[in-house]
Amino acid sequence: MSSLTHPSGGSTLSRVVKEALRSRELAVAIVLVLLIAVTTLKSESFLFSSTGWRDLLLTPSMLILLAVGQTAVIITRNVDLSVGSTLGLTAYLTGRLFIDTNLPIIAVVLAAVLMGAVLGLVNGILVAFGRVPALVITLGTMYIYRGVFLTWAGSDRINADDMPRAFRNLGTESILGIPVLTIVAVVVLCAVGYYLQTARGGRELYAIGSDPGAAELYGLKIRRRVMFAFVLSGALAGLAGAVSAARFGTVSSSVGSGVEFEAVGAAVIGGVAIFGGSGTVWGAALGAFLLVTINRALPVLGISDFWQQAVVGALIVGAITLDRVLVLRQEKRLVAARDDEPTSHATSPTLDPVLPGGSAAPDRPDPAGSDAAGTDSKEGGR
Amino acid sequence: MSTLSPESTADSPSVERTYAAFSRPMWQRVIFSREFAVIALLIAAVVYSRSEVAYFDGPQTMYYLFRDSASVLLLALPMTAIIITGEIDLSVASTVGLTSVAFGMLIDDGGLSATTAALLAIGIGVLCGAFNGFLIAYVGLPSIAVTIGTLALFRGIAAGLLGTESRTEFPEGWTDWAKQRIFEDQPYPMILIPFAVLAIAFALLIHFSPFGRGIFEIGQNDEAAHFTGVNVARTKAILFVLSGAVAGFVGIYTTLVTGVARAENSTGLELSVIAAVLLGGVSIFGGRGALHGVLAGVLLIGVIQRAMLLNGETINVINIVIGVLLVLSVMSTSLLAAARRVVEVSRGARSSGRSSHSAGKRSLS
Repeated sequence: MSSLTHPSGGSTLSRVVKEALRSRELAVAIVLVLLIAVTTLKSESFLFSSTGWRDLLLTPSMLILLAVGQTAVIITRNVDLSVGSTLGLTAYLTGRLFIDTNLPIIAVVLAAVLMGAVLGLVNGILVAFGRVPALVITLGTMYIYRGVFLTWAGSDRINADDMPRAFRNLGTESILGIPVLTIVAVVVLCAVGYYLQTARGGRELYAIGSDPGAAELYGLKIRRRVMFAFVLSGALAGLAGAVSAARFGTVSSSVGSGVEFEAVGAAVIGGVAIFGGSGTVWGAALGAFLLVTINRALPVLGISDFWQQAVVGALIVGAITLDRVLVLRQEKRLVAARDDEPTSHATSPTLDPVLPGGSAAPDRPDPAGSDAAGTDSKEGGR
Repeated sequence: MSTLSPESTADSPSVERTYAAFSRPMWQRVIFSREFAVIALLIAAVVYSRSEVAYFDGPQTMYYLFRDSASVLLLALPMTAIIITGEIDLSVASTVGLTSVAFGMLIDDGGLSATTAALLAIGIGVLCGAFNGFLIAYVGLPSIAVTIGTLALFRGIAAGLLGTESRTEFPEGWTDWAKQRIFEDQPYPMILIPFAVLAIAFALLIHFSPFGRGIFEIGQNDEAAHFTGVNVARTKAILFVLSGAVAGFVGIYTTLVTGVARAENSTGLELSVIAAVLLGGVSIFGGRGALHGVLAGVLLIGVIQRAMLLNGETINVINIVIGVLLVLSVMSTSLLAAARRVVEVSRGARSSGRSSHSAGKRSLS
């Protein structure tokens, strides 16, 4: 969120603190902490028993991976509905490779990631060169990948005995009290988060989602970047497939079904705008953490866990409504600030060029806002 | 699009104005359309299946085809209108699940008569649609995000109400009606009568009414539509309410025809509906599409499913085929354009003198 007056007026520290206080990530984190606290008060074993602690950290790892990949895609104003099917397919591939070959664990996991990346590449090529919305393409590939998975798997399922003990132990082992799979998810999260926040390629993803037309005029390689986002999403879904095989020890035909909406929902709750250009993977990961934790906390709180899906839905609707209200308020304040301006700028009230670094108008509010604020204020058409 | 050169309009004042969409005679416009391509595919699929697939022309096949496609056929009607406005409704199947549960519980637990329960169930569908419509049209939220949320919300309420239980006691007259045929020896189930009524109503609404012209205009450009006097928000809200109402009706039908009200009824059906609508030639960008193409799209998927089932294929292979068909159909526009460009480039190389002129003209249209 852009601060309203004097973007560089305060010290860096106070600005960072202010921004953090206003951020969606913090809001979600507070809700999450409150939820955990209330649930723990109700039942201490939710947090303080060894299995409670482990499950708390372990369960979200799969959805965090998916939400991170989904965020990269949504930021470019696309969406990937095929991640659930990709996850199922790669989970089965993982089990199959353990049964049919003697590959080491790391090679099998890499194969799953690679398989996911290839499936993501197919999506990316179709979206980037077909000039068709990703919603339609990934809806189609979702059918295709799931069909391939189920045809390949037939009626047999992968059981725990089929996979080496060392691999299954990955699903339960911890290092310094933190489950291995959670560490994997957090490492991926940090890598992608760092890339999106600082690297040129990551910033270009935001630019593309913010305004595809402008990005093209600016000379960004849109097709390549969008394809990259889909490959990333596919690869992370592949990794999530391997994670789910290790975590659950079995692969049945229903694995990964419906998870694509959960991934999108986690991103939306975490403040990723569905029309692209804003949001962070940190928020999406917190959203995923919150979704999974709600599911586990509801029974403890005495609410039948049949209601969990309703709570998730209400959260998603609430989150986007809140976004909208905040954007409207911000717009109103920006308009008010513009109208209150001294008349020295009256000759060209709105056409001042916005130069990088704010050197053009240091005493004016930044009309474009930061990348987080302005984009979804307009009705984005699909 | 890029070269709207001034001289081309200035030096030809005598040329009568033409409209790109109406530059060809009527019969060409009807025959060479996406909708007709889908209808032709449907006819081809039926002819092929009748001659090649054993038992496809049997008396039961068409009956079950219609009975199983009925839900998608019904839901596709409002979905077509919604997608033409450039929005989307992912929550229809969840609304079906919720109204199915409500219908079952109102009869079995509430002790209401089936008629009252049915009316209440449709009312719940209307409420669901109105909730979507309010958030999308009046609060201004993106429909894809809203309906992903209500997809979970409505299904979640259904699951919360009934858990993993189910309700199976319904008046026999009603369940019989859902399975009856219109004529005893014909393959048309009774559901086709309300479907036909609704289909005609929606065809009139979308294609032959000022309201319907507004739908297309919103899909082309909702700001322009607003300035020509279309009430954009109200139109969208009405369409979502209609979608909820039809979903409520489908919920009742699904309950009766399967004989069970469960929370997970029709899970995933929204994707079948959207796939069929897009296959039928409705543009996901909005502003383009026609009802007859959509209905042909639904039936095409139904025929392919039925024929492949009779051929002993599993549902998985059928899903692959539907997925490929969907991707191909939405890619076809770009593929055709690319092919046309290749043809034009090769033609342009032969008669390079004229090509630049014609290219300039085309960019105007």
